[in-house]
Amino acid sequence: MARAEITALLNPRLAVRKRIGTVAYVIFIAAILIGLAGLASLLLRVLWQGAPWLSLHFLTDYPSRFAEQAGMKSAIFGTVWIMGLTGLFTVPVGVGAAVYLEEYAPKNWFTRIVEVNISNLAGVPSIVYGLLGLAVFVQILALGRTVVAGALTMSLLVMPIVIIASREAIRAVPSTYREASYGLGATKFQTVKDVVLPHALPGIMTGTILAMSRAIGEAAPMIAISALVFLTFIPTDPLDEFTVMPVQIYNWVRDPRPEFHGLAAAGIIVLLAVLLSMNAVAIYIRNRTQKRSEE
Amino acid sequence: MQLSRNRKRGALQGRIVHWLFFACAAMSVITTFGIVASLLRESLGFFGEIPVWEFLFGTTWSPILKDAEGNRHYGVLPLVSGTLLVASIAAAVAVPAGLAIAIYLSEYAPDKVRRLIKPILEVLAGIPTVVYGYFALTFVTPLLRSIPIQVFREDLIVYNALSAGLVMGLMIIPMVSSLSEDAMVAVPRSLRHAAYALGGTRLEVSLRIVVPAAFSGIVASFILAFSRAIGETMLVTIAAGATPRLTFNPIESIQTMTAFIVQLAHGETPHGSLEYNTIFAVGLLLFAFTLGMNVLGHFLVRRFREEY
Repeated sequence: MARAEITALLNPRLAVRKRIGTVAYVIFIAAILIGLAGLASLLLRVLWQGAPWLSLHFLTDYPSRFAEQAGMKSAIFGTVWIMGLTGLFTVPVGVGAAVYLEEYAPKNWFTRIVEVNISNLAGVPSIVYGLLGLAVFVQILALGRTVVAGALTMSLLVMPIVIIASREAIRAVPSTYREASYGLGATKFQTVKDVVLPHALPGIMTGTILAMSRAIGEAAPMIAISALVFLTFIPTDPLDEFTVMPVQIYNWVRDPRPEFHGLAAAGIIVLLAVLLSMNAVAIYIRNRTQKRSEE
Repeated sequence: MQLSRNRKRGALQGRIVHWLFFACAAMSVITTFGIVASLLRESLGFFGEIPVWEFLFGTTWSPILKDAEGNRHYGVLPLVSGTLLVASIAAAVAVPAGLAIAIYLSEYAPDKVRRLIKPILEVLAGIPTVVYGYFALTFVTPLLRSIPIQVFREDLIVYNALSAGLVMGLMIIPMVSSLSEDAMVAVPRSLRHAAYALGGTRLEVSLRIVVPAAFSGIVASFILAFSRAIGETMLVTIAAGATPRLTFNPIESIQTMTAFIVQLAHGETPHGSLEYNTIFAVGLLLFAFTLGMNVLGHFLVRRFREEY
């Protein structure tokens, strides 16, 4: 008897089971194709509708009632302001918290609370941070709807991302480095400052860039803080009003006139271009350090 | 002499630095406290005027517009139903698709294919949600309306729960797939080998051995993705409408909790007014919803990790 016949004799349903397996395989591939097709149609849609509206004056002009004259200058400058201040607030505090949790924290109930708390904060909807910013920074601290209130809100929103990424980077530094440093007589702070942080830096930078690329696309909390009207000036100090790119895009999307949807698409192209280059930098840093550690 | 003075200064510096780092870590606890306190503080003003039970169980939500008798209504159920409707549509897309992708990536895909597909799918998670809103409103809704069935052709209006939910499903696919895949990859090889040795096909090993073994991690991925869908804001604000309505009909215009907050959170709502306090009451409910689901999700992930 041939081998196939023996198999068939031993297990009459094998052919059916294999066919079911093939069907399932097709379904799995289809699921992936759905995801990829969704992504592709989104990007193509944006490019197709937005490209005709892209021009140099779109980047250098203020928003306008007339679609042909409208640009996103105030939104671009607002985003640069918010990103700069957010980085300034987030990085020292986030890295400090990571250093504390990895290098200093005793194993007690407070440390445990902090850890659980950080993972829960990462899951709080961004609009709730907007309400926090509105109640605390805009009202109680009376900062008003200003750049600094927006940046503080944004910092709290992305802080968990920076803390989690920095902790991983610090944890990846081999403990032998620390022991060598202590062996040479360095204090704990010197070890952290001169040994641990320099080696964790690439990981911390990657995490920071990812946090920033999350922040740059966040519209919901900024609607609660920023000026929703079309701004025709750029902020010159932290106590000025502002608008940001995603809020500007939202303003254009909710305009029923189709030409403003074109403007929204053009704005999305600019936003996605910035996001893509930030992620490219993050991937470049990660690959470079991976190569170095393999050497 | 010199040495001991240096050491003393070092000890002092060490203590100061220690407390500075501690203060950074404590910031996260202060943030949580700030969220809860500010939500509660402003909500108290609201619940001082509107009884809690009327808020939680009322079936009409019109805090701005008065009805024919000149009354406003503060029953939050229409916002809750709108939120759950959109999130359920999203889950109906993302759960099967995400799980199928996870099984493929974990059990079928060659390493090369996996390393190519994973980052591409993760791009979906990095796209700003305002972009998804634009996509749902200007592409998916017109696409649905071009389907030659009467329901879509004539009854589907511009702002509807269906297209917002479908696009949100696309958005949370990577969340389901990558968390589920992590859970499946963690299942020990020996279990698979034993099943193959007993003559199982690849599909049988995947569905009867790997998926059950990774079950709590997979369920956790569903819960965390659902919680993300509930808290998602811009997509539903742009595409699902601003009509609070107690319905589970996906082709109607609805309003979610998050979209209501955006509608009133901008500058024109005077601080201290009942409208202003309303958004914090809704925010408190939203926070309670998502926190509960996240705690449950993380609990399941942790329990699952301890299994092997």
